[in-house]
Amino acid sequence: MPHDLPSDPADHRASRPRRVLGPAILFLLPALLFLAVFLLYPAAYSVVRSLYDASGARFVGFDNYAHMFTDDRTLTAIRNTGIWVLVAPALVTGLGLVFAVLTEHVRWATAFRVLLFMPMAISLFASGIVFRLVYDENPGRGVVNAAMVSVHDAFSTPSEYPGAAPREAFLLPDTTLGGFSGTHTHEPGRVVELPMVGVRPDDLPEQASPASVPEPADPFDNAVRGVVWLDVDLDGDPGVLDDGEYGMPRMTVQAVQDGRVVASTTTGDDGRFTLPRTPPGEYTIHLAADNFTEPFRGLTWLGPTLVTPVLISSWVWIMTGFAVTFIAAGLTAIPRDALEAARVDGATEWQVFRKVTIPLLGPLLLVVFVTLTINVLKIFDLVFVIAPGSVQSDAGVIALRMWQVSFGAGGDQGLGSALVVLLMVLVLPIMYFNIRRFRRERP
Amino acid sequence: MGPWAGDEQRAFERVLAVFEERTGVTVSYSGAGDDLQTLLQTRIQGGDEPDVALIPQAGLIEHFADEGALVPLTTDVVDALDENMAGAWTGFGSVEGTPYGVYLKVADKSLVWYNDALFAEIGAVPPRTWDEFLELSNDLADIGVSPLSIAGADGWVLTDWFENVYLRTAGPRMYDRLGRHEIPWTDPSVEVALETLAQVWGQDRLMSGGRGGALQTDFPTSVVDVYGDDPDAAMVVGADFIGGVVIAGTNATVGDDARVFPFPPMEEGDDSVVVAGDAAVAMNDRAATMELLRFLAGADAAGEWAAIGGFVSPNRHLTADDYADPVTGRVAERVVRAGDGVRFDLSDQQPTVFGATVGDGMWQTLQDFLRDPSDVEGTMSRLEEEATHAYGEG
Repeated sequence: MPHDLPSDPADHRASRPRRVLGPAILFLLPALLFLAVFLLYPAAYSVVRSLYDASGARFVGFDNYAHMFTDDRTLTAIRNTGIWVLVAPALVTGLGLVFAVLTEHVRWATAFRVLLFMPMAISLFASGIVFRLVYDENPGRGVVNAAMVSVHDAFSTPSEYPGAAPREAFLLPDTTLGGFSGTHTHEPGRVVELPMVGVRPDDLPEQASPASVPEPADPFDNAVRGVVWLDVDLDGDPGVLDDGEYGMPRMTVQAVQDGRVVASTTTGDDGRFTLPRTPPGEYTIHLAADNFTEPFRGLTWLGPTLVTPVLISSWVWIMTGFAVTFIAAGLTAIPRDALEAARVDGATEWQVFRKVTIPLLGPLLLVVFVTLTINVLKIFDLVFVIAPGSVQSDAGVIALRMWQVSFGAGGDQGLGSALVVLLMVLVLPIMYFNIRRFRRERP
Repeated sequence: MGPWAGDEQRAFERVLAVFEERTGVTVSYSGAGDDLQTLLQTRIQGGDEPDVALIPQAGLIEHFADEGALVPLTTDVVDALDENMAGAWTGFGSVEGTPYGVYLKVADKSLVWYNDALFAEIGAVPPRTWDEFLELSNDLADIGVSPLSIAGADGWVLTDWFENVYLRTAGPRMYDRLGRHEIPWTDPSVEVALETLAQVWGQDRLMSGGRGGALQTDFPTSVVDVYGDDPDAAMVVGADFIGGVVIAGTNATVGDDARVFPFPPMEEGDDSVVVAGDAAVAMNDRAATMELLRFLAGADAAGEWAAIGGFVSPNRHLTADDYADPVTGRVAERVVRAGDGVRFDLSDQQPTVFGATVGDGMWQTLQDFLRDPSDVEGTMSRLEEEATHAYGEG
């Protein structure tokens, strides 16, 4: 560790400046020139450029900054960067610490760490493309949704007719009960015909058989009969039960009176149903919502709400290996006798971890954390690749926004420079903190 | 120097070989891919500009002409243009009346590709009007087939939809005026177009995956959704180059499983076509440079490439038989037949920040509109606000 090194004797000479000032400047000149040309000048020019408009010809003062803090998309980018900085580095440092300590005690520690480090060897761009696929909304493509769907379907069976709907002249969507309700009322003894659309004939259950209209029930039975069929025969008329049209089996049909379900039944293979013993009076026919529940398709991971957490999780996957490697190296440098002493004194493993390991690792953890924070502030490629075009403004971060306004979008480099300055201002406290710490470590 | 690489580059080099044989002039082509603008800009600034550049965007011709990097076409070349293609093309290649560009390879962006097998299932025929198109879409949804696959994740797909509908509802003259931002985006004609669009975009059942799914679908996926082994949708709206995606990404055959009909007009007989294209421009007025442009304007150059395939020319001397496959032949015929009724892709004519930027301008606003197609008012005022900003008027 740097603070363990003996102090450099050169330091003492440097504290007597009058003898060495001239030659020192001579030696420093190339480095200073380099810094000036490649760092100071661009940084200063960015600040100046941010005070001019898109063309660079007109001085606009702080207009770019005003625009930056009033423009919705830029504000979203600033907010997202905030979320990133708050969550991602801490998460990665924490996970890195946990993995590093745990892998210390397993037999194949090195193999395990190599595995964890492997994502670092893949370019962010390539990882981005992989994650774009992993989180694809279509369960046929995205592995996360595929897994969610199979777990979900193991516990609840999907409905029989997702996407199906009755012809509008007969039943309309019901907002209170769900499903669909009849447009007019019936009395017992009537026959109800319910033509349906929205299902491919090939997708009907195998037992479905040609439909036919049932005879009316005996008037004294108080029963309602009817048929539910797939009304999509090309040569037939819409709303009329033609030859060759199939019934829709296992459809739940209900009779509703005053907003209450009073009778319920399911259709047979030919689509026929009989609602027994409906109470006298008027009622409406209702098709229960469960018949039509859309199958569970997983979550829209890359939609506006979830995209930032998904992006952060991908970044965590990539960067944890980095943290593990550094922290594991730090762990080997911890004096064994300190740990042994604590154990001999009767400390539990948890106490050793809390009271000995962490304090001794402290400076290193800080270095890892600060490096990650700076890394997060300039995050760009992951967002660019993973977020679909339609949510890119919801997922935006400052660095991406900066590129978009200054190069991607017709070149408003004034606004772009203003964003760069903002990024610079955000990095400054971390830099200041870093420098102060380096100073302190010097004896 | 031009944007073509791979197969297109090989085909273009064969066209150039014909020119070399005829004139003895040696031409070397370097493909720049998507970075054409940057590369060309760098070479111009470095004083190392190519003799002829092929430019894929109308806006770029204007940009380079304003910089003084382009040389106007000689009367020879303009005569060749007049003889070979409709005047509209010379117009697309002109900046403030001065002709600069020779359109060689064009794209018809007013097409609807459909899966013939799914159409056969309900005995559907390609619709001739917008109303028939709506009716057909509903019929398809009735038998449980998603009629459309819309790649809402890619903003340009949505601008193509809008341009086609606007050109058909408002007419070519209004289209030109909106393209130049002479009328605001809050104009009633925009409202009509958006409301017409909402007849399709507003209904989840008319698109694969609903609106949410559409917004997550990118362009290649939308094509595979229609022509994959287990198709999710029956139609996809887009340019002739969808054919290339069909060949590369699916087992379907263009012309057999994959067929096209023109984007449906509001009334029958309206032939308007939205196009895009690559134009050749000259960067000096040497005789050989102009000779090459004159050659590219002619039927021989177009015929050579047409026979190879993957190419549509606005040249009126080519017939459907000159093309490698019948679908491309029909597309080309339609472009030629549209004559001066062709209109250049509107979003390509806009400042990039408004017309072609992910997460900004038209792309983002139309994506928001697809998310909530009831918000016609808000969409119009946002478009106007962003256009004003992009044109530097605000």
